[in-house]
Amino acid sequence: MDMPSALVLVARAIGAALVMGIGSVAPALGEGNAVCKALEGIARQPEASSELRTTMILGCAITESTGIYSLIIALLLLFVFRG
Amino acid sequence: MDNLDIGTGAKVYFRISLFNGAMAIDVTQTTISLFAVSILLIILGIVCGRGLTKRPGKKQVLVEKGVSALYNLVETTMGKHNAKYAPYIGTLFLSSLFGSLIGLTKIFRSTTADLMVVLGWALVTTALCWYEGIRNNGFFKWLKGFAEPIVFILPINIISEVAQPIAMAFRHFGNIAGGGVLMSIVYAALAALSTMVFKGLPATIASVMPPVFQIGIPAVLSLYFDLFSSLIQAFVFSLLTMVYISTNNPPPAPGSRVVKQAEKKAKRKAEKEAAKAAKTAKAAKTAPV
Repeated sequence: MDMPSALVLVARAIGAALVMGIGSVAPALGEGNAVCKALEGIARQPEASSELRTTMILGCAITESTGIYSLIIALLLLFVFRG
Repeated sequence: MDNLDIGTGAKVYFRISLFNGAMAIDVTQTTISLFAVSILLIILGIVCGRGLTKRPGKKQVLVEKGVSALYNLVETTMGKHNAKYAPYIGTLFLSSLFGSLIGLTKIFRSTTADLMVVLGWALVTTALCWYEGIRNNGFFKWLKGFAEPIVFILPINIISEVAQPIAMAFRHFGNIAGGGVLMSIVYAALAALSTMVFKGLPATIASVMPPVFQIGIPAVLSLYFDLFSSLIQAFVFSLLTMVYISTNNPPPAPGSRVVKQAEKKAKRKAEKEAAKAAKTAKAAKTAPV
């Protein structure tokens, strides 16, 4: 492997790692916050738990999509992009 | 990292060319698994729907419980007037769940690990949303709805309309494909670990030694990435479909377009029936007794 393609390979690996590392922080915080509030709600009103759970899962899924976008970028970097 | 097969997408088995090669259909691993899932679900449907009786047996009680749970979910999320969507939602949920789980067999590839499958489902959702929006508001009022409350918001609304199916598809695809990539990385790492550990053994034993670390350890991860993630994503996808459709089809308010149309239809039907009744009465009168 010559030097330029090796550099591209390194850049791809580091880029994918950075994308996943930084990109997973925000959704993790957001989802933790959502689950925290939902648990508080369930503890206060256990009879509303089924509705809260459904809404929480929906909210988590939507929050998660930013993390999924970074995963897509990481996959593109690793498997599709060939410099 | 290039020897992991999941990142490269579904393999093409063969290619059917149409119109003298002007168009070609690739038969990929996904196509085969989609057909396998369809056949599985058809057989399941036939077996479950067979021999229904007034006094239900064990199997029928189970199936009825599932179906009524589905209808309950649809009616609580979308409202009673949207109960007609329950069969579609159930089909979507089951084909998503089975499509993700069929990857566990290792014979078939997960159908939902292919972007085109979930993008297709998401576009069906968008089409249904548009259909309901047009049915509720009329075409021009529906178009005008994009520019409300002020005209400047039009590009944002159009972008969010386009982003909705893309986000939905990428969410499902990313979860399943990402789980698959992670599992194959874990398998590769464990295989490397076992060759490293057994390197000290004599060459004849080391060459026939299976990668023992691959036994048991990936099962814990597989429980989350394959089983739990598949279930949650199938649920989330059908839930999002329900929410998007029901926001475009609110419960019929008195005086709204849908109610007016239904009233007009009922009136026309009543008139027709009255005319028919009058005709038969006339015929009975004139007929010789």
